[in-house]
Amino acid sequence: MFDGVSAELLARFQFAFTVSFHIVFPAFSIGLANYLAVLNALWLKTGDQTYLTLFDYWKKIFAVAFGMGVVSGIVMSYQFGTNWSVFSDKTGPILGPLMAYEVLSAFFLEAGFLGIMLFGRKRVGDKLHMFATAVVAVGTLMSATWILSVNSWMQTPVGYSINEAGQFVPEDWWAIVFNPSFPYRLVHMVLAAFLTTALVVGAVGAWHLLKDRTHKPARVMFSMAMWMAALVTPVQIFAGDLHGLNTLEHQPVKVMAMEGHFDSYPDGAPLILFGIPNQAEKRIDFAIEIPKLSSLILKHDLNAPLAGLDTIDDKDEPPVAIVFWSSRIMIALGFAMLGLGIWSLWARWRKVLYRDSWLHMAAVAMGPSGFVAVLAGWVTTEVGRQPFTVYGLLRTSDSLAPIAAPAVATSLIAFIIVYFFVFGAGVFYIMRMMSKPPGGGGKELSKGPLRSAGTTPAAQIAEQEGAGSGI
Amino acid sequence: MEFDLPHIWAAIIAFAVLMYVILDGFDLGVGMLFVVEHEKHDRDVMMNSVAPVWDGNETWLVMGGGGLFAVFPLAYATVLPALYMPLTIMLLALVFRGVAFEYRWRTERGQFLWNWGFWGGSFVAAFTQGIALGALVQGISITERAYSGGWWDWLTPFSVMTGIAVVFGYTLLGATWLIYKTEGPLQERMQARARSLAIVTLGFIGIVSAVTPFLDPVYAERWFAWPTAVFSAIVPLLLAAAAWKLYTGLRDKRDATPFLASLALFIVSFVGIGISFYPHIVPPSLTIAEAAAPDSSLLFTLVGAALLLPLILAYTAYSYWVFRGKMDPDEGYH
Repeated sequence: MFDGVSAELLARFQFAFTVSFHIVFPAFSIGLANYLAVLNALWLKTGDQTYLTLFDYWKKIFAVAFGMGVVSGIVMSYQFGTNWSVFSDKTGPILGPLMAYEVLSAFFLEAGFLGIMLFGRKRVGDKLHMFATAVVAVGTLMSATWILSVNSWMQTPVGYSINEAGQFVPEDWWAIVFNPSFPYRLVHMVLAAFLTTALVVGAVGAWHLLKDRTHKPARVMFSMAMWMAALVTPVQIFAGDLHGLNTLEHQPVKVMAMEGHFDSYPDGAPLILFGIPNQAEKRIDFAIEIPKLSSLILKHDLNAPLAGLDTIDDKDEPPVAIVFWSSRIMIALGFAMLGLGIWSLWARWRKVLYRDSWLHMAAVAMGPSGFVAVLAGWVTTEVGRQPFTVYGLLRTSDSLAPIAAPAVATSLIAFIIVYFFVFGAGVFYIMRMMSKPPGGGGKELSKGPLRSAGTTPAAQIAEQEGAGSGI
Repeated sequence: MEFDLPHIWAAIIAFAVLMYVILDGFDLGVGMLFVVEHEKHDRDVMMNSVAPVWDGNETWLVMGGGGLFAVFPLAYATVLPALYMPLTIMLLALVFRGVAFEYRWRTERGQFLWNWGFWGGSFVAAFTQGIALGALVQGISITERAYSGGWWDWLTPFSVMTGIAVVFGYTLLGATWLIYKTEGPLQERMQARARSLAIVTLGFIGIVSAVTPFLDPVYAERWFAWPTAVFSAIVPLLLAAAAWKLYTGLRDKRDATPFLASLALFIVSFVGIGISFYPHIVPPSLTIAEAAAPDSSLLFTLVGAALLLPLILAYTAYSYWVFRGKMDPDEGYH
């Protein structure tokens, strides 16, 4: 199946495949954990049963998504060593401690309180349960913080020196953690996670409104999700723009690839809307351009000169077509989300938010768009920094573990089969849960995980009495 | 030796791996016991007994791997490629085992699939972990900061034996955990199973202990030459004490004693392996000092570990406390 393909390409494909599957789940669970904390807080504050219904509904979906995130994440934590051992040896002294902090400050926290959040409300009482729910949400954000610091350091490495063994060694931890691209990437990704979740929640709410526009929980979740879409999308577009300017400063080649600028433009670069990148001939075929707009966006000056890929050595260039397209997909979806948000504000103002079937259908259609945008964004930033793992310093081809191609091909096939089967099933179960309206209507399959006896006074005493009186 | 960071870190990593082995050990053991427990209700109870804690238990595996990357990057970069196949298979097995906790409740038609996934994933994960242990004990060849052996080096009669040993050992932990967590017929069956599992596990501990010194002259010297030979007296004595506690605990039908005694068996065996390894982290090629990251990395990470590990242990203990006691077979969530 993979005859003649190099071990490097196979290992890269395996990493891309496993990390792409993985990122989908955290992107969803970061947003959902926070949404659940908000729902639970609203339930405790207002006593409105609708919030509790929604909490219990999304909690089950969260449990499945979180489980998939955990198991696909463990694969990632080992894959650095199994497939990218030279990279691990060289960057371990810098990236390892950041990941260790992620484990210590986030993974244990999430895992430790997840059980109480999912199973423990009756056992620990409302207050501690609220605490556990909030801690899980905070844990997901801490995790994002550390791992994005790791990724950002690979993109914009600072605060290091190189020792005689060829390892990157830390000189300034503050500079390493808060490296130049980190704040932008963190904000952009966390907002993306929130938006992704909001779009899923909005789609589910809209789906049930299409069937029954009076359904209270569906109304509440649709309204909350549309507020998020309307308010967060403009902030996200602004954050994305800042992130792009930061990339232009530190990784200009990535921006050249995104823009499709094979040539330098000494007096104002055009914005290429569409076209077919032709890397062999170093040009964009069938380009549709708006003159000087790229310079205006990137430099805030119509006539500002912009360098192109002609100034870069061929061996230091990323694959242009992938980056060119993925960035366009991300941006287009961002504006589609903005459109949905504005439409919802308009419908809200006209008091037809729960009646506008076209809006509901659009929201359903936009349900998966967050995931696609997140993946497209990551493809842009990861393919765009090729051919390096540590930008400008360590080449991808020099990062590889000494594993022969047949071994990598075998593991890659195994990952593909298992992931499609396992996560395909998981997505199917999640979709089935979502297709049922919150607060009953669907058939409960069976009692789910958990619960040991001993400490649930009320429920249990009642049960024992029931059993006793039955004799 | 004032403040020897590499050795402090070796102790912390060893502790994390030990925590993983004993905690996920009983989870995986419960999973493997699905093979002999067919009744749906019993399986529900068994799975629920570990559902609130398995995720935390598995996090110690990430701590072991992630910690190694942070403080012993060279060990991480050589052991993982050397164990490429068993570790990849283990990760895939853990995928099946982990999702089964949720998926099993989400389908009736497909439930058999996730029962299979649960016990099959548990079994394969346990077996490959044992193989990895055996392969590590046998030694990993390293030249110029890279693994220099072949792709099947990990597969030997010894590593297969340690694989089987870990399968039985974990199942013993699982059975004694269920003695602690359940009542009635299920508990009685577990008491009978724990008895035979204990005999098999002790047999394997004996064989592995007898073979190990002959795998490498360094191990032989460690166990037979003065002064370290003193361990050859202490370790078996502690093992015997744990075995006795396990025996009496099962005989007197105690709830918690068999589980605690099985944990003690694992802890003593683990210490025994540590005695063989020291001062190596990857025998026979890398010592703890050679594999260590620079002190600034070790210190930076140690600050976090010193602050957070006690906290982690505290809230982990709290979580176990919240879900303490016998399982109520009729309660569920969802």
